[in-house]
Amino acid sequence: MTDVLAGLVAIAPALVLTVTGFVLMALDLLPPRGRREHMGFVGLAGVVAALVTTVLLWGSDVSAFRGMVVLDNFALFFNLVIGYATGLVLLLSMDYLRRRGQESGEFYILVLFAAVGMVIMASANDLIVIFLGLETMSLSLYVLAGFFRSRIEAGEASMKYFLLGAFASGFFVYGIALIYGATGSTNLDKLGVAVAAGAGRDPLLLIGFGLLVVGFGFKISSVPFHMWTADVYEGAPTSVTALIATGSKAAAFAAFLRLLLASLRPVQADWALLLWGMAVLSMTVGNVVALAQQNLKRMLAFSSIAHVGYMLIGVVAGGALGNGGVLFYLLVYTFTTAGAFGVILLLERGGEEAVRLEDTAGLANRHPLLGLALTIFLLSLIGIPPTAGFVGKFYLFGAAVRSGYYWLAVIGVLNSAVAAYYYLRVIVSMYMREPEGTPTSVVPSFAGALALVVALWGVVQLGLLPAPLFDLAQSAVLPLLR
Amino acid sequence: MTHVLSLVTFVPTLGAAAIFLLPRRSDTLVKVTTLVTSVVTFALSLPLYTRFDPAAADYQFVEQAPWMPTFGVSYHLGVDGISLLLVLLTTFLMPLTLLASWDSIERRWKEFAITMLLLETGMLGVFLALDLFLFYIFWEAMLIPMYLIIGIWGGPNRVYAAIKFILYTLTGSLLMLVAILALYFLHGAATGTYTFDLPVLARYVLPAGRAQDLLFLAFALAFAVKVPMWPFHTWLPDAHVEAPTPGSVILAGVLLKMGTYGFLRFCLPLFPQATLAFAPWMFTLAVIGILYGAWVSTVQTDIKKLVAYSSVSHLGFVVLGLFTLNPQGLVGGIIQMVNHGLSTGALFLIVGMLYERRHTRLIADYGGLWTVVPAMSALFLIVCLSSLGLPGLNGFVGEFLILVGAFQVHRPAAVLATAGIIFAAVYLLWMYQRVVFGPVTREENRRLGDLSAREWVILAPVVALIFWIGVYPVAFTSKTEASVQALITQVQTKAAATAALAPRTP
Repeated sequence: MTDVLAGLVAIAPALVLTVTGFVLMALDLLPPRGRREHMGFVGLAGVVAALVTTVLLWGSDVSAFRGMVVLDNFALFFNLVIGYATGLVLLLSMDYLRRRGQESGEFYILVLFAAVGMVIMASANDLIVIFLGLETMSLSLYVLAGFFRSRIEAGEASMKYFLLGAFASGFFVYGIALIYGATGSTNLDKLGVAVAAGAGRDPLLLIGFGLLVVGFGFKISSVPFHMWTADVYEGAPTSVTALIATGSKAAAFAAFLRLLLASLRPVQADWALLLWGMAVLSMTVGNVVALAQQNLKRMLAFSSIAHVGYMLIGVVAGGALGNGGVLFYLLVYTFTTAGAFGVILLLERGGEEAVRLEDTAGLANRHPLLGLALTIFLLSLIGIPPTAGFVGKFYLFGAAVRSGYYWLAVIGVLNSAVAAYYYLRVIVSMYMREPEGTPTSVVPSFAGALALVVALWGVVQLGLLPAPLFDLAQSAVLPLLR
Repeated sequence: MTHVLSLVTFVPTLGAAAIFLLPRRSDTLVKVTTLVTSVVTFALSLPLYTRFDPAAADYQFVEQAPWMPTFGVSYHLGVDGISLLLVLLTTFLMPLTLLASWDSIERRWKEFAITMLLLETGMLGVFLALDLFLFYIFWEAMLIPMYLIIGIWGGPNRVYAAIKFILYTLTGSLLMLVAILALYFLHGAATGTYTFDLPVLARYVLPAGRAQDLLFLAFALAFAVKVPMWPFHTWLPDAHVEAPTPGSVILAGVLLKMGTYGFLRFCLPLFPQATLAFAPWMFTLAVIGILYGAWVSTVQTDIKKLVAYSSVSHLGFVVLGLFTLNPQGLVGGIIQMVNHGLSTGALFLIVGMLYERRHTRLIADYGGLWTVVPAMSALFLIVCLSSLGLPGLNGFVGEFLILVGAFQVHRPAAVLATAGIIFAAVYLLWMYQRVVFGPVTREENRRLGDLSAREWVILAPVVALIFWIGVYPVAFTSKTEASVQALITQVQTKAAATAALAPRTP
């Protein structure tokens, strides 16, 4: 009985989200047809409840279902990130869907189930459970990506995401199979014991881990597994893009980090080299290609690839500082990116998903507050103090310098300078250019405005007073580093 | 413990917040609020001068509070003889600049006011921060307002100039960030205390060798871009020409000083051995800057561009003075920073006034102004003479001290730099002659109005200071001497200790 109880505690945040999802499914059957905004608020209430559960459970260290699921501060911190991402996305979606005439209950249900998958990935301590969470999340996101089904780009996004995602999942499962074959276990802790005992040189295991890296590389969209990113980001509804960029990335990072820290730390020197290359490639390719983008969603897609590169710097550097830095950066990135997409989805011309650079021209004149908000988000993406983005990068580069990866830090900062160009271009357009024709932009509704305010609050608060949350992030990774 | 420094730094931010809440329609209200804020800031900063103890070399009015304690970051402000005059220069120039923007900034005054006041906070923070993390925050945060000022209120090619400005300075300072982190961890590993506190780090003796050299270079690159030293100066003419008058004044008057201040505050005490090792290189670049800036100035057809290139030349003198590492050179360098802020700031103000009247900055479009606008021409002459270093005016004091310092350590550099003063006389007086003397060649110039009351208020304080520093420089040099002496002692003892740690092969 106590086992069951411990198990329920261990998956409490996921349970809260699941129950909310079921409630939404029931609610969707009730009239009136068409108006579904209340479902968004119910979903939001579920997310808030999950966040509260997370905070209440802070400090717990429960292992349940024979060690397949753990609830430690590491998982709880990621629950925070995922909770904020999901909450912001729900808020952003409400009037966005109505404006596009695509209001339907399934949207909110799918967002909730995607969040369930993410939370499970954050708590998973077994390759099979990671895969379970990954698929729960991915299947929901495949559907969400093509949610505006009348648009041809939406079909392309969904199809591409699904096909390549299925392919990546295939790699992932095959990797699990090989690892199981090599060690006889899929439990991360047991894998760690086997690796420490010398199994790290077993070619079967090496290939298995390599395949897992492909799977994770796809989900976090790091180079060279990034090919899908721009098309999916462009074609998906913008609020879904925000979810793919923040929540799904955070969840994949959670599982990836846990695998690297719990199982593979004895051979850190080997995978650090691999991730070093992925970090440099992601930063450089992401930033350089982003330079050429005119479509803001594609630009942010490539910028998100670059940001994965920055985060990989923290993973390579390791230690409480590096890994804590990654956790902190994911939180910062969630606020910043959700906020940026939140402004962008207000700029869409009716029926079109393409927000081009010109569409922002003169925005600071038409809507000074929206312009200011987007400016702050972009400055945070560049990493200009005193925004949160600066502090996040400061920790990551600091970790790199401390671990002696000076070149990685130098490549990172030079990339930040390159990135400054394309982010500043948007600011230039907003403040220094006059619009051609009649640009559209909508004043956000209460929900959308609330989302922007929360995101802004996060960016400013984490920029000015980062210490408490960074200490939290560091303490969250410490148990894994023992 | 007083909070005067925090007050001085953040009163402009408070003013900006207040303006943010003001209605957009009432331009005058916005203007008055902005001006009052900047005057209050100046008034608040005056006690720094009167209550400053010139005998003490240490930081004064210090404030310190933990900020990110686990990381060794604190909110640490303080002022000493090196930063005092620059702080006062900033608060002094700001009200004048705002007065100069009164009519010349025609659109979006509200945004302009907020940007300018935030810029002031950033600049003051750079000069007052005694924590490397805090310093870096102000250093970078300040880029954005300047970028917006050039990019929104600038000339036809403003977007290009703004982006060039920010990319140059950002690239330089990002490498400094890595160096700051490296210094932090080196110091932490060596002493066990992880801190960004400048006074603590300045006591740490870094072993001579590659690490110190690279760190020095990373810092020096950031500062050299900012100064700007040849060959990193190419952003400056673009930025100056495109920036609106207030932007140019602040850029020349204060922002460029951040580079030279950075050398003085960070490079010298943190990396003394590397400073000594690289001093000949810095001399070379400084002298090239002096001569190159002067020559390029001579051939300019645009007055503003001429003044911009003259900054490259004048700041070459400052860098020359700083790396002499003797009292005359350093005091001269600091005084010359102030002088350049005053005289080049005033030059840009006058160019701006001419531009407001004629909407051109080409030398060829003027001529014979003396008969049309005698008062303006007279002040213009005083400012030009101050800029070229006429004895009795402020420019002479600084350049003389710098050359005295340079003669003691590097005679060829001093000789070449002296030639730079002659070239300065050439380009400034030649420009002045073509603009002011001779017959009135253009009909449009006959109807120009002389200085208005507002313009008198802008220029008179600057001219008064030009005379004050020129005639009685001790009022200012005396404030700096103790700190300068302490800095030199620190550099020399640390360099000796560093050399003892790891002897450098010559």
